[in-house]
Amino acid sequence: MKIKTEAGERHVLAVTVDNEAGILAKITGLFSARGYNIESLTVADISADHALSRITIVTNGPPPVIDQIIAQLDRLVPVHSVTDLADGGAHVEREIALVKVAGSGDKRIEALRMADVFRAKVVDTTLSSFIFEITGTSDKVDRFIALMRECGLVEVGRTGVVAIGRGPEAL
Amino acid sequence: MTEMSGADMVVQALVDLGVDTVFGYPGGAVLPIYDALYKHPTIKHILVRHEQAATHAAEGYARATGKPGVVLVTSGPGATNAVTGITDALMDSIPMVVLTGQVPTTLIGTDAFQECDTVGITRHCTKHNYLVMDPARLGAIMHEAFYIATNGRPGPVVIDIPKNVQVATGTYSVPEMIEHKSYRPQVEPDADAIATAVAMIAAAERPIFYTGGGVINAGPDASAALRQLVALTGAPVTSTLMGLGAFPADDDKWLGMLGMHGTFEANMAMNRADLIIAVGARFDDRVTGRLDAFSPDSKKIHIDIDRSSINKIIPVDLAVVGDAGRALDAIIAGWQDAGHTPRDLGEWWRRVDGWRATRCLDFPEKKEDGAEIMPQRAVKALFDATRGMDPIITTEVGQHQMWAAQHFHFDSPNRWLTSGGLGTMGYGFPAAVGAQIAKPDRLVICIAGEASLQMNIQEMGTVAQYRLPVKIFILNNQWMGMVRQWQELTYESRYSNSYSDSLPDFVKLADAYGWTGLRIDTLGQLDDGIAKMIETPGPVIVDCRVAQLANCFPMIPSGAAHTDMLLQPSDVTGTMDDEAKALV
Repeated sequence: MKIKTEAGERHVLAVTVDNEAGILAKITGLFSARGYNIESLTVADISADHALSRITIVTNGPPPVIDQIIAQLDRLVPVHSVTDLADGGAHVEREIALVKVAGSGDKRIEALRMADVFRAKVVDTTLSSFIFEITGTSDKVDRFIALMRECGLVEVGRTGVVAIGRGPEAL
Repeated sequence: MTEMSGADMVVQALVDLGVDTVFGYPGGAVLPIYDALYKHPTIKHILVRHEQAATHAAEGYARATGKPGVVLVTSGPGATNAVTGITDALMDSIPMVVLTGQVPTTLIGTDAFQECDTVGITRHCTKHNYLVMDPARLGAIMHEAFYIATNGRPGPVVIDIPKNVQVATGTYSVPEMIEHKSYRPQVEPDADAIATAVAMIAAAERPIFYTGGGVINAGPDASAALRQLVALTGAPVTSTLMGLGAFPADDDKWLGMLGMHGTFEANMAMNRADLIIAVGARFDDRVTGRLDAFSPDSKKIHIDIDRSSINKIIPVDLAVVGDAGRALDAIIAGWQDAGHTPRDLGEWWRRVDGWRATRCLDFPEKKEDGAEIMPQRAVKALFDATRGMDPIITTEVGQHQMWAAQHFHFDSPNRWLTSGGLGTMGYGFPAAVGAQIAKPDRLVICIAGEASLQMNIQEMGTVAQYRLPVKIFILNNQWMGMVRQWQELTYESRYSNSYSDSLPDFVKLADAYGWTGLRIDTLGQLDDGIAKMIETPGPVIVDCRVAQLANCFPMIPSGAAHTDMLLQPSDVTGTMDDEAKALV
């Protein structure tokens, strides 16, 4: 017998929650317990009184599963709101990566040239290395990192996606 | 505003919240709370023999009364032993508040004696949980916890209280408005959805009500509303295991339970209906059978207080999020305002009556006095003997549970206490203890299997201590019968570890605990034995020996549709393909 899987689609969810101990474990635990995917997850305190956090979750699943994820998140006691950013029309997504490249000679020059094309900033350098900071969609970051693999990539740190809906309205 | 210790705050909050009973077991990390409870004038503490039993007793108390059950246990093993009952309460939406002791805040995270990460362990088996680090927050958290446990879809809430927080002092006051800053369950149904529901019901030619535990959780008024709506529409009613009692079983609109061991008529009617009105039920896999064959030609209305239950398993045509009782009331009002009268459902009822004619719950038996007792007969005899006594019935989990669901009938809610979602063997006896504490004058009977009962049999001591007149009626077939039944269905009767070996002599065990023990061996002894159980004051255990190899029918086997029921043993082939074997 083979275990079947279903094709999914990518969704970005913005979740506002009480900024209290254990909430992140509650949310990630819900995803693992119910077999949902997390492609990336970012979390930070967003209110002046430190009472609220915003969690941005990139997930993947068939539409009924995405609907369930939203309903399951929404019923957690410390969750204030869940918004599927794909539902509200256009939204902006950004991710930051720090990319360390080591090497010398042509590869080092090529790395710097491509960083310029991608509008990545050099935030640290030695005679044999660069650290680039790149901001953009996950696709753009992926493409930059793929190119850097050819130019002496040694280490990558990524933030995961943050996203916000376009236009004057708030969540 | 009064300055008091954390322990006193816990007790004062319980008093202010109207709690009269706490089920618990003391230990090092809850000693301050136990001291505050010492000789308390209004709060009765029931000392169980194992913390799991405290949680099931609290569930039984909650299920019999509609009020939240309260549990008090110590840290570490006290908390971990409670986890099964907490999970059971989550699955069956039972309101419960569990207070756990914790090592002092200064020792948290050091692997201290009897330390465990209680909030971590219970995070995913509670509706919500708290670790109280500051006594100033304790009073407010107590009130909020009860609000969360009882509002919206009910469930268990854990409050983990470090020992130094119990000793330290803070100010306590009763909150003016008890609610949660973000938790706002939708109770009132949407008016447009109700109007659509009324129109759909009025237009249906083959409607059926499919009701669940949500109707019982919504209170006796919701059960009354269900009866009224059924009378107005003339449609048949079936129910999940959890919903039994919300609709009277002697009503001619009642089709019996649906699902894996439901009746042929209930499952066929679900399959052939053109409208399903699901009320407080969640399309569990025991109910639906094979999903792609579930009620293929029906429109579906789903009334549920939990939005996540809607479209989780079965896509529905109309979602009504709200309290089952309020939604039923609104539909009744809408029906009457629109001047609808019952549609002629004669053709639909003729088909239902055709399925009823199968008499799917009949079973073969020998009638002479010396014959072995069929387990179904034992349940029927128990039902007949207790008619008019308004008994509360609890069950363990397995074949006896399904026979009880099929052959014991209920007219009112809060009389049937069983573990549906989690299917916890060991639930029934402590649940009976909790129900008997809540309803001291009622006849409370735990219908048990000999295997399940042994999972919390130590509670015989609790019953003896509080002189509770609980009756345990064991359908003793000397097998883990449901396991054996599945081994017959799926594994060509290779009985791997399903025989109940080395059983105790239950009559002697009763004697050892100061109970009355009775044994029933043959059909001729059955009615007298049951009568003796009922008339004997105090706790009674009845070891009713039943036919060992009887199986529970009808049955929808794993992976089959509602229309593919096994009606009798001769339908069993003994093998299944891997797809079916992989299903639970």
